[in-house]
Amino acid sequence: MSQAAGEFLRMLPFLVAAWLFVVGLYGIVTSRHLVHQIICLIVVQSSTYVLLLAVGYRTGAVAPYFYDVPVHTPAVDPVVQALALTDVVVEAAVTALLLAFAVQAHKRFGTLDPHELVQIKG
Amino acid sequence: MNHRARTALFLVGGLGLLCFYVWGLHGLPGFGHYPGPYGDLINSLTVFERHATDAVTAVNFDYRGFDTLGEEFILFASVMGANLLLRKQKDDREEDPPLDQAEDRVVPPTSDAVRVTGLALVLPIVVFGLYTISHGQLTPGGGFQGGVILASMPLIIYLCGDYKSFDHVTSHVLSEITEALGAGGYAIAGLISIMFGLNYLTNFIPLGQTGDVLSSGTILLISVLTGLEVAGGLVVLMISFFRQSLVYRKTDEESRGPR
Repeated sequence: MSQAAGEFLRMLPFLVAAWLFVVGLYGIVTSRHLVHQIICLIVVQSSTYVLLLAVGYRTGAVAPYFYDVPVHTPAVDPVVQALALTDVVVEAAVTALLLAFAVQAHKRFGTLDPHELVQIKG
Repeated sequence: MNHRARTALFLVGGLGLLCFYVWGLHGLPGFGHYPGPYGDLINSLTVFERHATDAVTAVNFDYRGFDTLGEEFILFASVMGANLLLRKQKDDREEDPPLDQAEDRVVPPTSDAVRVTGLALVLPIVVFGLYTISHGQLTPGGGFQGGVILASMPLIIYLCGDYKSFDHVTSHVLSEITEALGAGGYAIAGLISIMFGLNYLTNFIPLGQTGDVLSSGTILLISVLTGLEVAGGLVVLMISFFRQSLVYRKTDEESRGPR
């Protein structure tokens, strides 16, 4: 593997995280539908999972579970994994809250277009 | 701000972010080269200090237990917020209910294959959820994952039956009580530590034999409480959304009030 390709692969997961973040943000900025906007927010948030797990990864190491491997086996960082896992569940609940807002917005104003919603409020 | 200006502002900001990000990447140790030492310390200490073989659960419910308490309350607050927003409101029944299907077509009934597979899955899902919660300190699992698995049980029943059977197996009040017990129990577990003269959320239960199900002290207790909260919270969410989308528009005044 050439030097440049190695350097690129070394950065790839971080670039994927950045791509997810930016592409989700682009979706939020240009969205014309609240539900679509919420999905874009999930995309933005999923970039944090990629980033967290990439930061803690170690080539050739095992998962941080020592039930059937000796204690001092090289393992990946458990802290970022714990962060990612609580994040997934909490995100699901927060998404539900946002969708509930969308439901009520549709009931009150009959539209889910954020631009029209702004105009309604004046 | 119009659409064009918004996109332009985003592009400028995105370009700036990209520059700083790539610049910052050069200071990172690179993928696959985790430098430690925090994760390594925890990996080498959990088995001895906490008698837990799952370092992730040990971080979640012990080393970072206080942070997880905060995250639990984010979950709790979101569920309560969604529940509040989706409650039956005064003008709900006055709305003219649009029928949830085209007038010239009928919704096809759920196929027998789906029904049989779904019903056969119900019991294994419950067992697997309880197993995941109770073995979180040994193998991958814990309250968060197991709670979600448990909460998928009523959803399976909805998929292979209809809303009536879903309504039959779930109880809004019970789910809310379960959720509150989980969230409150977590906070109280921390207070019990204080009663023993320890710091908040310090382990106060005997650690037991490493590798046993009943080991690792408060990690198991908090894992079970978190499982209760997550399962209860998600079921409350499902009930709220189902009622909002299926019931409230269709019922009239006296048939179904908010519980």
